[in-house]
Parts: sequence; C-alpha cells; structure tokens
Amino acid sequence: MTPMTPKTPMAVPVGRPAVTPPPVRFADLVAAEWIKIRSLRSTSWTLALVTLVVIGAAVAAAMADYNNFPGYSPETQREHPFSLHDAFPAAGYMSLMLAAGCVGAVTATGEYGSGLIRTTTVAVPARGAVVAAKAVVTAALWTVVGLSVAACSFAVSQTILSGRDAGITLGHPGAVRALVASALLAPVCALLGLGLGFLIRHSATAMVTTTFTLLMLPMFFSTEKRWSAEVRNMMVDSAWQRLTMDWVPSQADSLIPLHTATLTQSWVAYALWPTAAVALALVLVRRRDV
Amino acid sequence: MPGRGRPSRVEPVIEVNELTKRYGGKTAVDRLSFTVRPGRVTGFLGPNGSGKSTTLRMVLGLDAPTSGTATVGGVPFRAHRRGLHHAGALLDAGHVHGGRTARAHLSALARGNGIGARRVTEVLEEVGLADAARRRVGGFSLGMRQRLGIATALLGDPPVLIFDEPVNGMDPEGVLWVRRLFRRLAAEGRTVFLSSHLMSEMEQTADDLVVIGQGRLITAESVRDFAARGTRLSVTVATPRPAELTAVLTAAGASVEGEGEGGREGAAGAGKLVVTGLPADRIAALAFENGVLLHELTTRAATLEEAFMALTADSVEYLAGGTR
Repeated sequence: MTPMTPKTPMAVPVGRPAVTPPPVRFADLVAAEWIKIRSLRSTSWTLALVTLVVIGAAVAAAMADYNNFPGYSPETQREHPFSLHDAFPAAGYMSLMLAAGCVGAVTATGEYGSGLIRTTTVAVPARGAVVAAKAVVTAALWTVVGLSVAACSFAVSQTILSGRDAGITLGHPGAVRALVASALLAPVCALLGLGLGFLIRHSATAMVTTTFTLLMLPMFFSTEKRWSAEVRNMMVDSAWQRLTMDWVPSQADSLIPLHTATLTQSWVAYALWPTAAVALALVLVRRRDV
Repeated sequence: MPGRGRPSRVEPVIEVNELTKRYGGKTAVDRLSFTVRPGRVTGFLGPNGSGKSTTLRMVLGLDAPTSGTATVGGVPFRAHRRGLHHAGALLDAGHVHGGRTARAHLSALARGNGIGARRVTEVLEEVGLADAARRRVGGFSLGMRQRLGIATALLGDPPVLIFDEPVNGMDPEGVLWVRRLFRRLAAEGRTVFLSSHLMSEMEQTADDLVVIGQGRLITAESVRDFAARGTRLSVTVATPRPAELTAVLTAAGASVEGEGEGGREGAAGAGKLVVTGLPADRIAALAFENGVLLHELTTRAATLEEAFMALTADSVEYLAGGTR
C-alpha cells in the first residue's frame, strides 16, 4: 500500500511560523525534577519522620550513657569512649539508610508505576539526562537532610553528655569525619536506591532489593576470613561503621583475626555503590523500551 | 543538531516506513508504512490489539522498532533532547502521578523544556481545568485526566500532535470540545494524528485515515474515499410473501437475507428481507410484475462503521466467544 496522498489540494496553510524553542539547559531538568519531588506530600512527611527518628535515636543513646554514667569505671568516666558513638547510633542511622534507600528507589519507580515515565520521555527524549537530573536532585536533597540530621544528632547527644562532662566537640579526633560520613550516608543510600529503582522499575521489588543490599547483604560476610572481610568492608554499612569509629581495634586486643577496612577503602565503598547503580541505570534506560 | 535553538524548517510530517515490532515470537507491528501530513486531522484506526499504541510509541521514540523507521519532521523523535516543542502527545490519560496537582504535573514538564509558568496557566484554561489546577490528579475523573493529557500535549505549542484514544471517558460536551479543538489545531497547519477503535469518532473529525489490523496496513486514504467504498446500498423490504419475493429477486441477481433472528421468510406472516445488489426501484418493479404486495421499501447506505468492520473483520485480534 502506498503512503496516503490527499486527493484534494490542501486549503489550509501548511507549516506554521516556526517558533524558536528555548535553549536546552540541564539546569531546567534539575528544576523540573525538584518540582516533582517537592510536589509530593509524602516527601516532606518522610523527611520529617526520618529526621525525628535519627535524632531520637541519638537522644536515647546519649540518655542511656548519661543515666548509667555513675556506674561506669573511673577510666571509662575519664575517657568516655562512647561519646562519638552516641552521636551516631546504629539504630538511627540504619533507619536513615532504609528511608533514604527506599525514597530514592521510589523517586525512580514512581514514574514507572503510573506510566508517567512515558509522558516524561516524550517531553525529554534524552533519557539519560532525566536519570542524571533525578540523581542530582536526589543527591542534593539527601545531602541536606543527612547534614542537618547528622549535625543535630551530634549536637543534641553531646549537649546531653556534657551534663556529665562527657561531651565532645568537633575538635575530637575523628569527629568531623564521623559527621561527614554520617551525613553522606543519606545521599549514598538514596542514589543506590535511585539506580536500583531505574533498573527494577517496580516499587516494592526495588525497595526490597535496596533494603536487602544495604542492610542484609553485609551480614552474609564474616569479619574473620580474609576474603569475606574484604567483601564486607566494601559494603556501605561497614564503611559507615568504620568511618564513624574513633578507635581501631588492634590485632593484639582480639583472639580472632580482624580485617578492619582502611579509611580509604571505606570512602571508596561510599563512592562505588551509588556510582555503579546510577551508571548502570544510565546505560539501561537508553537500551530499554519505555 | 535537532532540538537546539534553530527552528525546524522541515514540514511536520510523520513518516512511518516498513516499521516492525516483534515481542518474542509475536509480531505487534508488521512492515507498516504510512505518512501523516500537516494541516489535516488523520485518524488512526484499528481494532483493539491491532498495534496502534505500539506504533505511536515507536513514532515518539519510546519503543525501539525491531526494523524500519519512524520519523517526525524528518528526524527520529529520540534524536531530540527536548520533545515538547516538536510534538505533543497524549498516549494514556493514566500516565500521571496521582499525588500531584494538575498544575504541578504540568509545571514539571514545562520547566524541563524551558517553558514558563504562564504557558501552564494558558493550557489549563484552554482545556477547562483552570479551576481544578490545584487539585490532586488522583481525584480526577477519566474525562478530566484526558483533558490534562491534552494540556500536556499542547504545552510546547508543537507542530505535531498525537492522541491515543483521546475521547474515552469524556462526556458529550467534552467530545464536542475535543473535536473542535482537533479541527482548529489542523486548521492552524499542525499535524494531528488521532487513534481510535471507533470509526464513528473519526467520521466526525478526521480528513484522512490510516487503518491497520494485526499490525499491518489495511488502507491509508481520505475519509471521503474510504466512505465511498462503504456505500454498498442495501434495501429493506417488508412483504407478506417473503418466500416468493426472495425467489424473484434472487433470479434477478440480488442477494437476499431474512432480517431479524432465525430468518422468518419461510413463515406464513409478513417477513422483512434485506436485499443487496438491486436498487429499490428495480425491486419495486419486480414485485409489481410478479404481483407481490410490498409493505415497506427502504434504502439505506452502509455507514463508515460498517465499511470499517468489513475491512477489519479478518484481522480482529480478540473476538468474543473465541469463535475465530
């Protein structure tokens, strides 16, 4: 069948006066993704809730040491080695990992669940640019959240502990590093979730996978065997634990062999997971049908 | 480079050439070729599952063809970095996030394409959603979502507009509005490509038709030509002696069917016959010559719907009752 040819001459003007499209700017895409995040009520609720949970966990940890303080040995009372740990308790920061990872995942899958991604892709056929813009917004939003949460949980916990003269300042060795690592934990997990969200495209599956990768996977590797410890050291959770330590267990203190990660290794783990997930997403969104 | 500053001087034609899409062993679109021209409304017709939506997704660069090409204004749509100024589309009214307001949904899309807030207000007014702009889309009726989808398509004031089943769920007032809108967009010189599985819808709106079935092109022609094929006249005759008349008419070369269930032409009472192949005056003359009384003699032209049904009968994907 030949392409259709209208039998009657066209009575209407063809080719409207061409409108010059506005310049293509990546910043506009970032702004668009920011509008998308901001316009969902669930965003502010989730952020408020996770902030309260993390700070609450730090308060609880500091209160416990405050209350138990009179029973501690004089050496512990003098050294108060728990201070930094109370600022960044695992319960709170694992919750932060969970929330950031899942919200990151939903930032991607929220487009797929409804088919919105097709509307988005017609508007922006450069699919990689959409992933990149979402990554920028996710990274920025969660860095701000992470920084405020980490700063607050540090300040609140040390204020409580200073009642026992056991508070520390940011001048304490490793304190700034621990604060930065705790703050960056949020964007690291959110970007990992975002990448997995684009790969998996289904909300529930993406959230479970993200949670599993962040919180469960490290438990499958022991610290005792060298190869296993090397793998475990490259996990986000292990890296965060290492970066928030202000003391390093030495081989002499322990009966079992320890393979503690170096700080560099831990920062590399921080960079590796989100970069790999987002890079894989960038490749796959270009290849797959929307 | 496409999408960069310079306005396109190419005619906003949709050109589909030998387009094929296979999913595993199933061929959804099969070597489809057609052209959709500016200044006209072109209907894209086919039964459910005939490959219309798959074709539109390939035209818009969402799905990659297995083979063949689809271009909009001479360029594969995926080559554009931003799309809204080149083509606007409503593929499915459900392609929105229910948690956002209509304005937020449009604002995000507009912003990503460098379109200002004023244009968002304009399109909301254009589609009659100005009052609902601050409501969350999750609470919208299907008709309102269709309007929001049309607003999305109009955002970039594009030369090419593609709508997949746009009138589904619209009230009669909405259907009238949307028809007038499509006519106006075409009159402004835009390319308007409109899919439907209902011929009656196209009859009211389209200038040209692209008809497909099972992923293959059945015909691409103007509505007028398409309608001309369908004007096979039939005549309804009521007579107290249907058997006799049937014999006479059949002898004269007509084909005769009993109307209604069970075909009562053999029964004693009056029967209605549907006669094709002879005009009404010949039937009346034959009845007169043979002394058969007629109670009724009505000529009716086949509708476009019937022409469409006849054309696509062989390619209907899903038949009720599995009687294929």
